[in-house]
Amino acid sequence: MAMFPDPFGTLMSLQNALDAFRRSDWLQSSLSASGGYPPLNVFRKGDDFALVAEVPGINRSNLEIQVKGRTVRLSGTKSVNYPEKASVHRRERLQGRFDRSITLPFEVDQDSVTAECRDGILAVTLPRTERDKPRSIQIG
Amino acid sequence: MSDSQALAVREKQELAKQEEKTVPGRYYVPATDIFETDEALTLMLEMPGVAKDNVDVQIENGVLHVEGKIDYSAYKEVEPVYTEYNVGHYARSFTLSDKINQEAITARVEDGVLTLTLPKPRESLPRRIAVN
Repeated sequence: MAMFPDPFGTLMSLQNALDAFRRSDWLQSSLSASGGYPPLNVFRKGDDFALVAEVPGINRSNLEIQVKGRTVRLSGTKSVNYPEKASVHRRERLQGRFDRSITLPFEVDQDSVTAECRDGILAVTLPRTERDKPRSIQIG
Repeated sequence: MSDSQALAVREKQELAKQEEKTVPGRYYVPATDIFETDEALTLMLEMPGVAKDNVDVQIENGVLHVEGKIDYSAYKEVEPVYTEYNVGHYARSFTLSDKINQEAITARVEDGVLTLTLPKPRESLPRRIAVN
């Protein structure tokens, strides 16, 4: 059968993989965790990891990210504002504050963490510390 | 609801299909706020991951169709290890009332939120009548 390049194939395989990983216990529950917002995904690219969260309507100035050792903390506030004298017909967007911390199964090199927030998607790269990276051992 | 309340997680809702899509991939219903002022009706749709150029807004027979495509190229070479939400496009339709100036609709995307402003036509704006 001829194989045509399928631009949606990537998305489909990603979704299938995401489905398969739902509710895995890869993230350990953290003592300091409170709340489950924002929902997040963790991806691996080579040796390093990246955390991706959906934060629509949250300005980057209202987002705080802290990294220490194995723990990443995301906190901030999301506010939804309507103009004065507006009559609200439908209100589905939630607002409030959030504070979530997660414990990763590896140590993060906190000096080289970078974060990017675009179109309501927050992406935090989580490089592993050198001593936590896997090393190949030559068999003598 | 005030800012001091803790934010709860809301599961993404998959789109119940009115028309079948012919491309693979999931569609989700964007969380939407609708409010009205004297001048306009405003819709705010949460579509995280949708860039400004990938939003499609159409009006057909008085129905407003909004579709937002996510850019999945960033996910091409990564492997998920832990997930809490699924990734997909967004679509939702709204029936408009006749009292909308369809020519003057404006759209804006900011931080993953699409804001559609649907101005009311001049004749349906409230008018104050002075009593002599």
